[in-house]
Amino acid sequence: MTAPARKSVPAASKIPPPRPQANVMLSRVAHSLYWMSRYIERAENIARLLEVNLQFILDFRGYDDAHLREHWGSILNSSGDQDLFDKHYESADSRSVTEFFAFDLRNTNSILSCVFAARENARMIRDQISVEMWETINELYLFLKSRSTSDVWAAGPYEFFQDIKRNSHLFQGLTDSTYSRSEGWEFIQFGKFVERANKTARILDVKYHILLPSAGDVGGAVDTAQWQAVLRSASALEAYRKFYVREILPWKVAEFLIFSDSFPRSIHFCVAQIDDFLRRILGESGARPRTGAARSSRKLLANLQALTIDEVLKEGLHEFLVDIGTSLENISDEVVQTTMFYQAESTQEEQQLQQQQ
Amino acid sequence: MSLLSNPYDPGDFFDEMYAAGGDVRPHYRSLVERLGTLPLPEFERRRAAVDLAFLRRGVTFTVYNDSEGTERIFPFDLIPRIIPSREWSRLEAGLIQRITALNLFLHDLYHDQKILKDNVVPAAQILSARHFRREFMNFGVPHDIYVHICGTDLIRDRDGSYLVLEDNLRCPSGVSYMIENRSAMRRAFPNLFQSYGVRPVEGYSELLLKSLLHIAPDRSDKPNVVLLTPGVYNSAYFEHCFLARQMGIPIVEGRDLLVQDTRVYMRTTSGLLPVDVIYRRIDDDFLDPAVFRPDSMLGVPGLVASYRAGNVALANSIGTGVADDKVIYAYIPKVIKYYLDQDPILPNVATYLASEPADRKFILENIAKLVVKSANEAGGYGMLIGPAATKEEVADFRAKVAANPRNFIAQDPIMLSRSPTWCDNRLEGRHIDLRPYVLCGEKTVVTPGGLTRVALRKGSLVVNSSQGGGSKDTWVLADEK
Repeated sequence: MTAPARKSVPAASKIPPPRPQANVMLSRVAHSLYWMSRYIERAENIARLLEVNLQFILDFRGYDDAHLREHWGSILNSSGDQDLFDKHYESADSRSVTEFFAFDLRNTNSILSCVFAARENARMIRDQISVEMWETINELYLFLKSRSTSDVWAAGPYEFFQDIKRNSHLFQGLTDSTYSRSEGWEFIQFGKFVERANKTARILDVKYHILLPSAGDVGGAVDTAQWQAVLRSASALEAYRKFYVREILPWKVAEFLIFSDSFPRSIHFCVAQIDDFLRRILGESGARPRTGAARSSRKLLANLQALTIDEVLKEGLHEFLVDIGTSLENISDEVVQTTMFYQAESTQEEQQLQQQQ
Repeated sequence: MSLLSNPYDPGDFFDEMYAAGGDVRPHYRSLVERLGTLPLPEFERRRAAVDLAFLRRGVTFTVYNDSEGTERIFPFDLIPRIIPSREWSRLEAGLIQRITALNLFLHDLYHDQKILKDNVVPAAQILSARHFRREFMNFGVPHDIYVHICGTDLIRDRDGSYLVLEDNLRCPSGVSYMIENRSAMRRAFPNLFQSYGVRPVEGYSELLLKSLLHIAPDRSDKPNVVLLTPGVYNSAYFEHCFLARQMGIPIVEGRDLLVQDTRVYMRTTSGLLPVDVIYRRIDDDFLDPAVFRPDSMLGVPGLVASYRAGNVALANSIGTGVADDKVIYAYIPKVIKYYLDQDPILPNVATYLASEPADRKFILENIAKLVVKSANEAGGYGMLIGPAATKEEVADFRAKVAANPRNFIAQDPIMLSRSPTWCDNRLEGRHIDLRPYVLCGEKTVVTPGGLTRVALRKGSLVVNSSQGGGSKDTWVLADEK
């Protein structure tokens, strides 16, 4: 069977029609839509990463304590949370890491923190999103609030993470089917793809931090299982299999997660979407970008379209991924700066004033 | 086993469902029949489903000073309060009469002050009222409407007569619960509605939007109406969102707006967009730091100047609080007579003013038998219910009243009517009040229904949500039963 001709990526040159006056959107609302979307995507990615690695460790019961610590250490490292973790926990094991990544509110990147932040943003703009979107976020929040690490452990983590992922997918699906294709939509999509590109880069980077038991294990059972875990962390195992049926090879995995034209979690795919939505948001209609953010995103996209995996590996995968993370943050910061006039967070003092009313 | 299996004691009060002698009042008969056939577990199931739906939909209010679980659902009782159509017609006429007089009163107070010159209301009482805004003397509001949205609190005394307890003329809240309660009841008892002929309340938002459009400055054929909220931490934030979404208008915070050349604009992703009408849900004091409280971060500097220039309309207008001051309340029957030459259809509760020497003497001597309220508090705070208070509380209030008489009034305690309410697995009588919502635009309209609040604590007369109150759906019937 021949594969149908694949359209490379959504055409970045698609020029949006001029916006009708009725679609004007408060800057604060746009900001909240953007963060709501990012936080939901983030929660889902953390859930997947945690689930896959818990499973991985179960599969390799032979791991001694030192290896366990190393394994979790690499995950903490890749998310940049090692210091915070060490401050509050004695040692990294499956339980403490689950607590830290799922429920700990001191960790602003825990699933609960993310869902809480997504819900607060949604609550601020409840009149702007559909009832279905709001109810899904609210239910996810109520669900998480009613669970604790020991519950998750008692019932088996699989169900728990499944629920979180399902709710995130439900939310994104409902957004697709109940939210108008307006400027708000552009902010939602922009936020989602920025977060997703970032997380795929980090998931791939986890492997960089994982120290192998010994040199002889490269290409062995553990190594293959680890690369498989990387793919599953990005929901990419099946999609990968369709492309490279025979085996799981490290450079092929990296190539797939970075460059795939069609897999919706590859960095290239996400950046193409980011470039498209960013140009619409900033009203960039010419072939040459006018703003710094559009220039950076175009540069990033060009790299992802022109480089080969050999070049990336030669230059250093880790460095390449870190650079991508930095450019993504710079691009999103600039978009936020350009379309917003102030911070979305309320200060303590403002909260009190609001309550006095 | 049904709800009605246990004996119900109407007590020595006016009971909404049972007439003296224990007969079910005619307008409750079909409901009682239905409840009689509903097995208890089924009733419980529906009750739990309604609670869960409120939680999931986030129909909640924010509880202050509570770090964990700061949002709660407003307790909801499934037994509706039913008002027959003839009774409602009288209420409607009374409410329209009252708001008409109040709007004339406010216009007079801010212009010629004839009512003060004629000594119907003492000038000193107005000038000392906290919410009287001198700055707005001789300022003309659009169509002379000061109060566009009013939520009047009504109660019934021991023989079932309706009395006005309070006029809420600033930012009355609760209307979202009127509509959400109805939709919860429709889900819980779909069939009952068809047969009962309950008048719908869902038209409220449409009418509200019409009243707001009515005051838009002339220049624009498609006026931009916004709802101004203090923000997501305000206890009524759910309601602000609910109304904005029902009307399809943007909800804005102070920081979303700015004033340039006395025009109000909102900050959008594609620049500044002019605003024509603001349904504001923040108090006068916080509207504009340049005019009122300088420390307000919720308001918009320059908003008042824009309002004065006629470039933006506000609902409600600034300074309406002078007419719902609890001291001024005592004069409203005279106000109605003065402007309309009519007797009030809905009477006041007998009220004593601590600022009047004779009344003050009476209050201080009889304080343990009276209800004492401070003039400007809301939410059931700053209030003494003499018969239920301890000696210390009574002594404390006596001292407060003596020290600051202008700030207090006293009223005869009213034994509010009771409605059967599901408490501790049985029906028990609980005291209720009623807040119908009146809108003044091109026409003055009362939405057929309102928020019935119920004091869930046994024996309590305080229905406020902040003090353990809940609510019921309010059914106004289309035909006489």
